[in-house]
Amino acid sequence: MSEQTHGAIEFHDVTMAYDHRVILDQVSFTVNPGETKIVMGGSGTGKSTILKLVLGLIKPQGGRILIDGDDVTRMTEAELTTARRKIGMVFQDGALFDSLSVYENVGFRLFEQGVAEAEIEDAVRRMLRFVNLEQTMEMMPSELSGGMRRRVGIARALVGSPKLILFDEPTAGLDPPTARTILELAMKLRDLEGVSSIFVTHRMEDIKLLASTFATIGEVGDVEFRSEEGNLCLVNTRFIMLKQGKVIFQGTDEELWISQDPYIKDFFKV
Amino acid sequence: MNPFFEAIYEVQEATLMASRAFRRALSKPRYVREIITQMDLIGVGSILIIVLTGAFTGGILALNTIPTLKTFGATAKTGELVMTSLVREMGPVLASLMLAGRVGSAIAAELGSMVVSEQVDAMRALGTDPIKKLVWPRMLALMVMCPALTLLADMVGSVGGWAVSSSLLGVPSSVYIRSAKDALTYTDIIGGLLKPLVFGFIIAVVACRAGLRTHGGTVGVGRSTTQSVVLSDILILASDFFLQKLIQAFTSS
Repeated sequence: MSEQTHGAIEFHDVTMAYDHRVILDQVSFTVNPGETKIVMGGSGTGKSTILKLVLGLIKPQGGRILIDGDDVTRMTEAELTTARRKIGMVFQDGALFDSLSVYENVGFRLFEQGVAEAEIEDAVRRMLRFVNLEQTMEMMPSELSGGMRRRVGIARALVGSPKLILFDEPTAGLDPPTARTILELAMKLRDLEGVSSIFVTHRMEDIKLLASTFATIGEVGDVEFRSEEGNLCLVNTRFIMLKQGKVIFQGTDEELWISQDPYIKDFFKV
Repeated sequence: MNPFFEAIYEVQEATLMASRAFRRALSKPRYVREIITQMDLIGVGSILIIVLTGAFTGGILALNTIPTLKTFGATAKTGELVMTSLVREMGPVLASLMLAGRVGSAIAAELGSMVVSEQVDAMRALGTDPIKKLVWPRMLALMVMCPALTLLADMVGSVGGWAVSSSLLGVPSSVYIRSAKDALTYTDIIGGLLKPLVFGFIIAVVACRAGLRTHGGTVGVGRSTTQSVVLSDILILASDFFLQKLIQAFTSS
């Protein structure tokens, strides 16, 4: 049994405001190790702000944020630089460096750490294979489609094997097959690699798939995606709903579907 | 925020950015490749416009001053006038203004685009300090290349002045060259190199800060680029006045 007593990420009464506009109001939640926390809410409710706070890119006005038990709100920039190595971030549009090739983008973290070239090439190939884009290694980001850019962004976030991944609406604006490919990658990380993650989205398809499907190794050693059936809870995914900077729901998908909160009912109304 | 406090805040942020860049310059990784790349882009890439600026400035100085000197029978002083004007003022100021337009705008646009497309956030998320990787190489490259390009502008300008004086206005080459050589003092040369060093620093700080504070998408990138060029130009001209006073204060004592 694990001796870990703290969550992978813990928010304690976090408050954040820009120019007197409150974005997050005393937000508290915990992401357990190996769990995917889906953060939902309308535009401007502070979903992406949560991810930036986890990375220490911005500092909250109040509250504490713990990553593996360490308080990122009290860290210096140099300490944060080290802490960020444990975290992978997938940006909405990939945020690939335009002037660098796919190989240099994916291996960026390792190049910066001064890792040997052969080791970098090996790691980059492995990650690009994971996202099925090994053939793009020498290409520039401008030559990639939107979906490919996001998958390269996922590969870049995975280099260094971080145990915590943050997804910022990685499927927004993508066609259904490409979006499904990205969701399957997120499920593989959750179910096969034990990675904890925060997945920001407001797409119904993402929410349903991530809550009902899990990845497993099939009989011939390949990855299979199976649907959760009946009441057996196999999927390590929980939900948070934000409204005007406040958490109005925390729980499982079963609890979410039967919620009587008018905002939640309206959110899922087709 | 009210404009006065916003200006104070910007000065504070720019100062912090510059001091962080200097403080972190010696720690690893040192980004030597980035520094060399920036020197190439800024220095080698600007040679043509600096040569043209220098040549025409030298020529126009000669063209404008010789009629006046003729009135006093002092055309032999043409070389002196062209050289002192070029080395003390025109070379540093015009080369820096050209660099603010060509390089400062490019830096502000590049960093601004990186900010709005979240590349700077991605860089920080991957454990890299953007001040060290993006700001310091550009700052160092400008502080080295601005004096170097000013020297080039001075040299080409003196040739431009000679070409116009001798070919169009009939001043003998030997007279022009002797007058030019005699005119320059070490103080002129040191002052003429100190100014572009400061101007290079100003261009880099203003452009990097304008780029990194970009917000509001592609419109914001355009706004940052304009702000960078306008502010750099004003600060170059204003600091030139105070630097000249400083140089005069030191040399007169």
